[in-house]
Amino acid sequence: MTDLSVDLGFIKLKNPVIAASGTFGYGLEFAPFMDLKKLGGFVVKGLYFSPREGNPPPRIAETPSGMINAIGLQGVGVKNFADEILPELKKYDTSVFINVCGEDEEEYARVVDFLNGLEGIAAYELNISCPNVKKEGKCPAQDPEATYSVVKRVKEISRCPVITKLSPNVTDIVEIAQSAEEAGSDAISLVNTFLAMAIDIETQKTKIANVFGGLSGPAIKPLAVRMVFQAASVVNIPVLGMGGIATGGDAVEFMLAGASAVQVGTANFIDPDATIQIIREIETYCKNQNIDRVEEIIGKVQI
Amino acid sequence: MLESILMIKDPSARITYRRNWGDYYLIRITSPEIAQKALPGQFIMARVSDRSVPLLRRPFSIHSREGDSLEIFFQSSGIGTTLLAGKKEGEDLDILGPLGNGFDIKNGIGKKRATAVGGGRGIAPIYFLAQELLAMGSDVTVFYGGKTARDLPLKERFEAKNLRLMCSTEDGSLGFRGFVTGLFESKMDQLNPEIVFACGPDLMMEEIAGITKKNGIPAQLSLESIMGCGFGACWGCVKKIRMSGAEEWTKICQEGPVFPADRIIWE
Repeated sequence: MTDLSVDLGFIKLKNPVIAASGTFGYGLEFAPFMDLKKLGGFVVKGLYFSPREGNPPPRIAETPSGMINAIGLQGVGVKNFADEILPELKKYDTSVFINVCGEDEEEYARVVDFLNGLEGIAAYELNISCPNVKKEGKCPAQDPEATYSVVKRVKEISRCPVITKLSPNVTDIVEIAQSAEEAGSDAISLVNTFLAMAIDIETQKTKIANVFGGLSGPAIKPLAVRMVFQAASVVNIPVLGMGGIATGGDAVEFMLAGASAVQVGTANFIDPDATIQIIREIETYCKNQNIDRVEEIIGKVQI
Repeated sequence: MLESILMIKDPSARITYRRNWGDYYLIRITSPEIAQKALPGQFIMARVSDRSVPLLRRPFSIHSREGDSLEIFFQSSGIGTTLLAGKKEGEDLDILGPLGNGFDIKNGIGKKRATAVGGGRGIAPIYFLAQELLAMGSDVTVFYGGKTARDLPLKERFEAKNLRLMCSTEDGSLGFRGFVTGLFESKMDQLNPEIVFACGPDLMMEEIAGITKKNGIPAQLSLESIMGCGFGACWGCVKKIRMSGAEEWTKICQEGPVFPADRIIWE
């Protein structure tokens, strides 16, 4: 029997597989047809302080081995979430992570301040890397000082551990990862989607109304593995790796690159129980490799 | 938002029958659990390849139900539908379903004098709907429109049913010459429907919404959209809908695909 649990220091997960924000609704949507408690955890859809309308359609476009999305973080806002959704999530005995969004530093702080003290939150994941809400895909995670500043601000008030979700749309992921660590982040998660664009050559229009969107899916996996490896090589906090994970083998690859746990995103759209299959496949990999504890493979890539 | 989902995943739904008329295809799939639960206007998401291209499942309205089987009807036009069109009898298909909220024919609505309008491949769910309405004792008229006579391959299928069929083609090669909405509007007084159902491209749906509103007749419209997942997880397939007062970007896959015409906001 392989021990699939992983210890992030601030929390111990049953297994290293977490469903990624924006691909798993608020979790409840998946409850009728899968056993949520089998997951290492899940990250709920990004929450701003107020409900948010999101972008006009078309919001998604398929690309080779991937998809571009510009949903625009449509969501219920923090109060509706706390009143109607969070109490329901307690039933499922799994780690619930809250993806925290903000137009500015103040809003990140307001969201965290509102949720502070509520039961059933494993950690906050600071979404400083969504490419779909500001012009030209700009976000705090593209600048080391802005990253440091927002993480610091949230850490000062947060009563839960803080994971900072980083953007791949940067020249040097290492300096951003280090900024998040220096500001006190308890972990980092990467990568969010790659800023992308697609054009319909028949209509000669962009396939996404927002013009730009974020690319996800298997197409981005090698880029994400590289960035996880680079970040994990320099920080001393746990790294949650993601980007195109669709199989247990993909998850193992991220862990070998240095991820302590992984997040599964786009694969949930294709198979609602993708996470469960991935957990099973990681277990099979460990058995075949005679690995007793999955933690043994973290960062064990041979160079 | 928190409605429970009755979705079933059937990774090995067997294709038992396939035929085509040019680039229009009809495929019958055996999937007892999904077929038994299916309602007219609901859809399935089919995985057309086990590779990562194309990555996403494709949505198909349920065209009919025969016992433990369901049928889909589609036009091969892109990479996904072309792959599906190439599948043979005896092959398995990985499907999710039944998905979405179909046409509301409960509480006596299904007994009313009904008109159903299908444009192009939008005719797909109209056949299942018409069968159910006939079983409920409704008087049914179906409008079927396309570009040319070749785009109306299901004409004979509908003619075999105990309903009134009215066809239109843009080039006049079969039936009324013009859009199906024009034919529909010209017959409103004569048919005097109590309820209108329709499925087709957005422009056609907007026309139907206008015509039925002008005539004071309730209409239920099934909307088409690109979909990422089909079960409410990706928020990709939205339309502006009047929901309990406020206008919201609403998920077509989960709250729809069928909406009352008077709640759809046309942008």
